[in-house]
Amino acid sequence: MKTLPSADVVIIGGGWTGLLMAKELSARSPVSIVVLERGRSRIPEYSSGMDELDYFVRMHMMQDPSREAVTIRHHDKERSLPIRQYGAFLPGSGVGGTGEHWGAVFPRLMPDCFALQSKTVERYGAGKLPEDHTMQDWPVTYDEVEPYYARSEREVGVCGKAGNLNGKKIDGGNIFEGWRSSEYPMPPTITPYFSELFRGGAKSLGYHPYNNATAVTSEEYTNPDGISRPACAFCGFCERTPCMINAKAQPTNVLLPIVRQRKTVTLRTNATVKRILHDSTPNGAKARGVTYIDESGEEIFQPADLVVLASYTLGNNHLLLLSGLGTPYDPATGKGTLGKNLTHQVSFGVQAFLEKPLNKFMGAGGTGVRISDFDADVLDHTHLPFIRGGMIGAMSVGTQPLSTFGTTPRSMKLPRWGAAWKKTSIEYFDRTGVIAFSGEQVPHKGNRFDLDPIYKNPLGDPLLRMTMNWQDNERKMAEFMNAKMVEIGHAMGAKEVNPFPGYGDYDVVRYQSTHVQGGTMMAKSPDLGVVNSYQQHWEIHNLFVIGASTFPNSGSSNPTPTILALTYRTADAIVDRYLKKPALLA
Amino acid sequence: MRRRQFLILSAASIGGVLVYSLDRKASRIFAQEKSTQTLKIPLRFFTEEEAMIVAAAAARIFPSDDSGPGAKEAGVVIFIDRQLAGPWGRDRYRYAQGPFDENAAREFGYQGKATPRETYREGLKGLKGFDSLSPAEQDKNLQQIEDTHLFALLRQNTIEGMFSDPVHGGNVDMVGWQMVGFPGPRMSNYDEVDKHFGEAFRPKPVSLEQVLHRKVRPSEDEDAGTA
Repeated sequence: MKTLPSADVVIIGGGWTGLLMAKELSARSPVSIVVLERGRSRIPEYSSGMDELDYFVRMHMMQDPSREAVTIRHHDKERSLPIRQYGAFLPGSGVGGTGEHWGAVFPRLMPDCFALQSKTVERYGAGKLPEDHTMQDWPVTYDEVEPYYARSEREVGVCGKAGNLNGKKIDGGNIFEGWRSSEYPMPPTITPYFSELFRGGAKSLGYHPYNNATAVTSEEYTNPDGISRPACAFCGFCERTPCMINAKAQPTNVLLPIVRQRKTVTLRTNATVKRILHDSTPNGAKARGVTYIDESGEEIFQPADLVVLASYTLGNNHLLLLSGLGTPYDPATGKGTLGKNLTHQVSFGVQAFLEKPLNKFMGAGGTGVRISDFDADVLDHTHLPFIRGGMIGAMSVGTQPLSTFGTTPRSMKLPRWGAAWKKTSIEYFDRTGVIAFSGEQVPHKGNRFDLDPIYKNPLGDPLLRMTMNWQDNERKMAEFMNAKMVEIGHAMGAKEVNPFPGYGDYDVVRYQSTHVQGGTMMAKSPDLGVVNSYQQHWEIHNLFVIGASTFPNSGSSNPTPTILALTYRTADAIVDRYLKKPALLA
Repeated sequence: MRRRQFLILSAASIGGVLVYSLDRKASRIFAQEKSTQTLKIPLRFFTEEEAMIVAAAAARIFPSDDSGPGAKEAGVVIFIDRQLAGPWGRDRYRYAQGPFDENAAREFGYQGKATPRETYREGLKGLKGFDSLSPAEQDKNLQQIEDTHLFALLRQNTIEGMFSDPVHGGNVDMVGWQMVGFPGPRMSNYDEVDKHFGEAFRPKPVSLEQVLHRKVRPSEDEDAGTA
């Protein structure tokens, strides 16, 4: 094994978190930084991304399961099977990671998401907590994170309209959101027809629709680093593809241009990290660097004083488990923390069949109208069979035919092929819109990560295993929300609405969202979580684990805004405190 | 290496039919013009017999009728042939390590061992003579295999061949896009997105190569090995 000269910092992963950390550390300290990205460098060919087959269906931007897969079972008594083709979630690979093909939806978490357990008990009593839940409060509050949210929004360029500026409620914005110290950097995007119909329908039922916050540009925008991006053109090729004109914020167009200029940062692609190495010292364990496989297949040791693990949720859990860092969680005894509180944002839709054509090929990531009247704990759950909730909305992200052709009203009871199916599918192709729900999954005792006993990757390492299923709380929440969504569909003028059939067992085929969270959760003490509020490993102080893997629970919101905010907070703590005195941050 | 196979069609038998020349350009000829000519379309994966079965099956899944053109006009069989010859056909990007479980619950996705190539090759053996059956008999045959993995692939690939960018060999002349009013990869809708509320806005479709003014290499050409 070849050993390279030591670096001050090694960052594992070249996506949103890894590149943001590299940018922040290199801006404010002289440390030498090596970023290791297992995928390729992939910027030049983005114009080819306007091909639905290769990008949306064959998933050109996503992780290659033949190299990196994960297995799944629903409960401990079931045999695990590999997810042979990604479906329910779509992790990215290559520089920029999932942030290249994301949908750019950019809402903050609701403030009480940070204190899920105590707020629920405070309002309803402990008897209301779902059976076998593992909820626990975050070691950081919304108020503490707020300034970092604001910084993230300016950095990536987010458009939207505030509904709560310093406590003052503003009509037209989301009046249920947490307080904001500042207005969004850009006004909301144009609202396409389908989303406008939703606004009308929701208003007629007395709800409070608002334009969703998104990290695509509604006008030309220059961020605090001087990076300029043009206004979005609504081409409709957005989610699952990279942006052709850099209107959608991506790590490669917001962060990489800055990081590339920094002489202290080295970015290595095709570098697959195998282990984080560590020593036991009288003062506890200490990471000493990482081993990785380079493009030629050679194993390399990169020593470093500080290791930042900045992969996607799956990679963060996998590397800690493979490296033997921390204590794997055992649901039988409740002991251990690594792998605990795996959650996946609840997402489903109902299909509304409308009278008039929608011109749905025009759209942009995160563009649309939502309501938060059923989000978080806005609704009084005293007489409901579930806790928490989520957002209902009608997004106009641009619709392509392969993924949507063939949807027909259920009442017609048509076959799925042949002349009648074809005729009706053509008729409704541009008259069908999805009203979607994004909700919270309450963490559950059995849902967790560990290593699979059977399936291995090409390097010979065990695959990461998810034990994951929907629980009563999600099932009942979905049933309730489905009824509300069908009602809104009819209020929009739909002739018919195909309802959501309800949650059976967790399904790896149907796209849910790429918001798999938890497993290395942050907590106020080492017995409760893997990292502290600065995402610093409780046992190995020169190891930071950043990203949604540190979330103790799933919000209804997409995780990226919170991921970026917490990365800023960690970067500040490393520069201002850790580098001056390398120790556990209190 | 196997003998090079061609899909041979008589122009008269199909009516408006598509010619695929070796440089991958598709063009249309009409029955009345060249009614005695036969057309040789080079196949990358299928044998001619297999191609005829797949073409016939795709034409029942997505028939050509009053509601618009179908799999035949779009060249769906050529699309599927190229996909199978490319990396997708041989599971280049699927986790393909055992143990497999053919009977796994639907929630786990396809857990079988067979690649798409193998699924087609094996499955088509059971459909010998399918292309010479009457449409009603063909439908009956397809109904009998509706729950198989082969049929799931056939249906999925037929829709893909109808509506993918023409660079992949199907959706010839963008017949699929024209039929549903999808304009393809338009670079900008900025001036239109807040207009046309409630009315169909149907710009003339353009393909990726037309938009980019250059050749695009589709994924199936990346490492199209021999079958």
